[in-house]
Amino acid sequence: MRRSSKKSSSSAAAATTGPSRGVSKEMDRIEQLFYTYADRSSGMIDPEGIETLCSHLEVPHTDVRILMLAWKMRCEKQGYFTLDEWRSGLKALRADSISKLKKAFPELVQEVTRPSNFQDFYPYAFRYCLTEDKKKCIEIPVACELLNLVLGLQFCPQVKNLINYLKYQNEYKVINMDQWMGFLRFCNEINFPSLDNYDSDLAWPLILDNFVEWLRENKS
Amino acid sequence: MLKDRKLVLLDDGRRNLLAGVAQLKRILDGEEGSFSAEQYIHLYTAIYDMCTQASPHLYSQQLYELYKEVFDDHNRSTVLPSLMEKHGEFLLREFVQSWEKHKLMAKWLNRFFNYMDRFYVPQKRLDPLEEVGRKSFVELVFDKLKSRVTSMVIGVIDDEREGQLIDRALLKNVLQVYVEVGGTSIDFYNVDFEQPFLKGTADYYSKKAQTWNFDKTCPEYMIKAEECIQKEKERAASYLHSTTEPKLFEDALFELIIRHEEEIMNNENYGCRVLLCEEKTDDLARMFRLFSVVKDGVLPISRIFQEHVNKEGMSLLKHATDAASREKDEKEIVGLLEQGFVKNAIELHDKYIACITNCFQDKTVFHKAFEVFCNKDIAGCSSAELFAAYCDTIIRKGGSEKLSDEAVEEALDKVVKLLSYINDKDLFGEFYRKKLGKRLLFERNRNDEHEKMVLSKLKRFFGAVFTSKMEGMINDIALSKEHQSDFEEYISNNSELKSPVYLNVTVMTSGHWPNFKNYDINLPSDMVKYVEIFKVYYHSYKKQRKLTWIYSLGSCIVIGRFDAKPVELFLNTYQSALLLLFNEADRLSYSEIVTQLKLSDDDAVRVLHSLSCAKYKILNKEPSNISISPNDVFEFNSGFTPRSRRIKVPVPPAEEKKRVVEAVHKDRKCAIDASIVRIMKSRKVMSHQHLVSECLEQLNRTFKPDITAIKRSIESLIQKEYLRRDSETANTYRYVA
Repeated sequence: MRRSSKKSSSSAAAATTGPSRGVSKEMDRIEQLFYTYADRSSGMIDPEGIETLCSHLEVPHTDVRILMLAWKMRCEKQGYFTLDEWRSGLKALRADSISKLKKAFPELVQEVTRPSNFQDFYPYAFRYCLTEDKKKCIEIPVACELLNLVLGLQFCPQVKNLINYLKYQNEYKVINMDQWMGFLRFCNEINFPSLDNYDSDLAWPLILDNFVEWLRENKS
Repeated sequence: MLKDRKLVLLDDGRRNLLAGVAQLKRILDGEEGSFSAEQYIHLYTAIYDMCTQASPHLYSQQLYELYKEVFDDHNRSTVLPSLMEKHGEFLLREFVQSWEKHKLMAKWLNRFFNYMDRFYVPQKRLDPLEEVGRKSFVELVFDKLKSRVTSMVIGVIDDEREGQLIDRALLKNVLQVYVEVGGTSIDFYNVDFEQPFLKGTADYYSKKAQTWNFDKTCPEYMIKAEECIQKEKERAASYLHSTTEPKLFEDALFELIIRHEEEIMNNENYGCRVLLCEEKTDDLARMFRLFSVVKDGVLPISRIFQEHVNKEGMSLLKHATDAASREKDEKEIVGLLEQGFVKNAIELHDKYIACITNCFQDKTVFHKAFEVFCNKDIAGCSSAELFAAYCDTIIRKGGSEKLSDEAVEEALDKVVKLLSYINDKDLFGEFYRKKLGKRLLFERNRNDEHEKMVLSKLKRFFGAVFTSKMEGMINDIALSKEHQSDFEEYISNNSELKSPVYLNVTVMTSGHWPNFKNYDINLPSDMVKYVEIFKVYYHSYKKQRKLTWIYSLGSCIVIGRFDAKPVELFLNTYQSALLLLFNEADRLSYSEIVTQLKLSDDDAVRVLHSLSCAKYKILNKEPSNISISPNDVFEFNSGFTPRSRRIKVPVPPAEEKKRVVEAVHKDRKCAIDASIVRIMKSRKVMSHQHLVSECLEQLNRTFKPDITAIKRSIESLIQKEYLRRDSETANTYRYVA
C-alpha cells in the first residue's frame, strides 16, 4: 500500500508520556510548522505547499536536498508530506523551525552521501518517482533528470555520457529498478573514461553493455 | 660358549680374510673351483668372532673399512687398468664383464660379512655393504670410463642408423650396467647416457633433415621420417631403458617433423593444402599420424582443412547466389537454390567426410569445417529453409516414383547428416513441418512410408520433441481417412442428405499443425449445407471438440460448362466459391465479388488474378491488363477452349517465409526463458557465466542462442521476479520461489 493518508488531530500527539516538556514543546512546534504549509482539506502538505516551503528554505524545489529530506522523512508519495512523515523527519533532524531546518541541510547531505546510506537513498529516489501504484519503471527523460540530480555531482562525466546515450538510443523507453541499480554499480566499479575493467560477459544489464559499446565506438 | 672361543686378533683376522678374498678372485677368474663348506664357515666365523668379541677386540669398524679397502684396491689395481687398455667393442665387453664380476664378488663377500651387515651396519647407520661396493665401483671404474663408453655406444647406435648390423645384446648389457650402477635410482643412466644420447639423436636427425629437405619432396620426406621414427621406437624397445622410449620418440619427431612444421604444412607444391586439393589420402594420413603425437599438433592441419573446405563451400554458395540473382520469381529461386546449393553441399560433405575418416582418424575437430558455410544465408533464404525444400523435393519425387525407395532413403540420410551442422535446427523444423503439411493435404502421390522414414531419422538425430508434432500430423491424416469412410456411410444411410456435392473432410488437431491464416468466406449454399451436415455428424461422436474450418486449404473440382465442351477444373475453395457466383450473374465487379464472398483484398487479388490473368482465362477482365484493380469488372468466359478436359488452376501462395521465421523467433524467446527458469529452479544460486553456458548447452540441440538474447531473457525474468541479483556476491543470481 503506497498511500498513507491519515487525518490526525493536532492535540493528541501533545499528550506524550515521560520525557521532558522540552521535547513535547518541540513536537508542538514541529506540528505547528506542518500546518503552516498543509492543505486544510487533505491534511497533507501538497505540491503547492512544498513549493512555498522551498521558497522559505531558499532552496529550489527541484534541488536534490528536497529529495534527501523526503528520504529522511521516508515519504511515500511524491509531492506530498504527511504529518507523521513530517514529524519523524524533522524530529530526527532536530529542527522545529525553518531556520533550524535550513541549518540542518549540510549535515543531511553529508549523512546521505555516506556510502551505507547512499545505497538506501539511491533506490529510494527511483521509487519516489514512480507515480502510479502499479508502475515499475520511469520514463527516460525522468530517469535522466533523476540521474543528474542524484549522481551528477559525484560522477559527473559518467552521468553526462549516460544521459546522452539514453536520449540517443531508442531500444528502451523506460528504465526499471534493476537497470537503475546497475547505473550506480557502474559508476562505482568501472574505471572511467578508460572502461578497461568492463566485461560484457558478466551480469551487467544489457543497456549498459550497449552504452559501453556506444562509448567505445564514439571514442575511435 | 663365548669362553670357548679363541680370540681372533686383528692382524690374523685380516690376513685370513685377504687370503679368502684372493681365493675368491681366483675363483671368479675361473682358476679355481668354489669355496668348500669348511672354508666358507671358517671365513664367516672369523668375521663373526671379530664382530662379537669383547672390547678391545671388537673389530667391527676395522672390518668395515677392510671391506671398502678390498673393493677399492681391486678396482684400482685390477679392474681399471684392464679396461683402460681396451678399445672398441672389446672395451664394451670388458665393461660389462667387470660389472658382472663385481656383482659376484659383492655377493660372496656379503655372505661372509653378513653378520656385520645385519647388526653393525644398521646400528651405526652406515651404508650397507652392497652400497659400499657399488660406490667403490662407481668412483673408481664407472666414473673414469663413462664418457668413453657412452660416446662409443652412441657411435654404435649411429652406425646402426646408417644401416649397419650391430650387437644389440651387447648394447643392452652395457646400458643395463648404467642402470644397475645407480642402485635405486637411474640417475647415472639418465645423466651419463640418456642425456648425451638424446642430444646426439637430435643432432643426428637435424642433420638428416637438412640433407633430406634438399633432396626429397615433401611426401617422400614424410615417408622417410616415419620410417626412421618407427626404427627408433623399435630400437628403444630392443635395448634401451623403457623410460627412454617416449623421450626418444619425441626428440626424433621434433627434429624431423615439428621443427619443419611450417615448411611441411605450407609447402607450395606439397603442403597440406595441395595434398587436399589433389586428394592424396596416404600422404595426408601420414602427415596426420606424424603430427598427432604432439599435443595440439594437428591443429594447424585442421585449420588448413577448415579453410580449404570453407573455401569450396563458399564458392558453392556464390555460384548458387549468382544463379539465383538472375531469377526473379521467388518460388523459382528457392527451387534453384535447393537443387544447386544443397545437392552440391551434400556432395562436398560426402567427399570431405571420407577424407576425415580415411586420413584424419575421424577426429571431431575436423567436422567443424562444415559449420561455417552450412549456416550462411543465400539470396535471402536461410540454409534451414533450403534443406527443408530439398527434403520436400526428394520426398515428392519418391512419391511420384521418379526415385526408388533406396535412392530416397540414401538422399535423405545425407541431408540429415548435414543438418547436424546447422545452428537453426528449430527453423528447419518449422519449414519442414509447413512443407509436410502441404504434402499431407495436397499431394496426391503420397508415400507414407517415406514420410515415416524421414521422421524416424530426424527423431534419432534431434530427439522425440522435435518430431512429435509431425508424427501427430501424419496420424491426423490417417484418422481422417478412417472417419471419412464412416462419414460417407452416414450420408448414404440418410437419403435426405444426398446431394450432387461430394465432401471430403480432413480433421487436423490444431496443436500439431502449423498455423494457417484463415478467413471465413461466404460459401455458396450448397457447400454450406454440407459443412453443416459434417458438423452435426462430427459432434455426434466428439462432443467436446471445436471445429474451425480452414477454407483456404480446401480444394474443389468444378465442372465448367463452356460453349466448346465441359471441363473439369481443379481449383481451391476460394476460386470455386468465386466462380460459383457466376452461376447467378454473368458479370460481376470487383467490389461485388468482394462483398458477396467477404474476401480480404489480398486474397481477392490473388484469386482473381489466377482466374483471369494467368495461363487459363476462365474469366474475362475489363480492362484486360494483367493487374487487378478495384475498378475491374469480370465476366464468365464461355468461349474458353482449353486443350484438355481437366485443368488445374493454381493460386500462388501468400508470403509465408517471414511468418515462419517470426514464429520461430518467438518460440526461441520462450525456450530461453523456460530454460533459465528450469536451471535456476534446480540450482537456486548461480553465477552469470555458469547460467549462460548451462543455458547454451541445454538449447544447443535445437538452436544456437544469442548471448544477448539470453541476457535480455534474464533481465525480463528479473523484472517478473522469477530471479533476483544476489545482494552480496556480484554476478550471481538467486531463484525467487
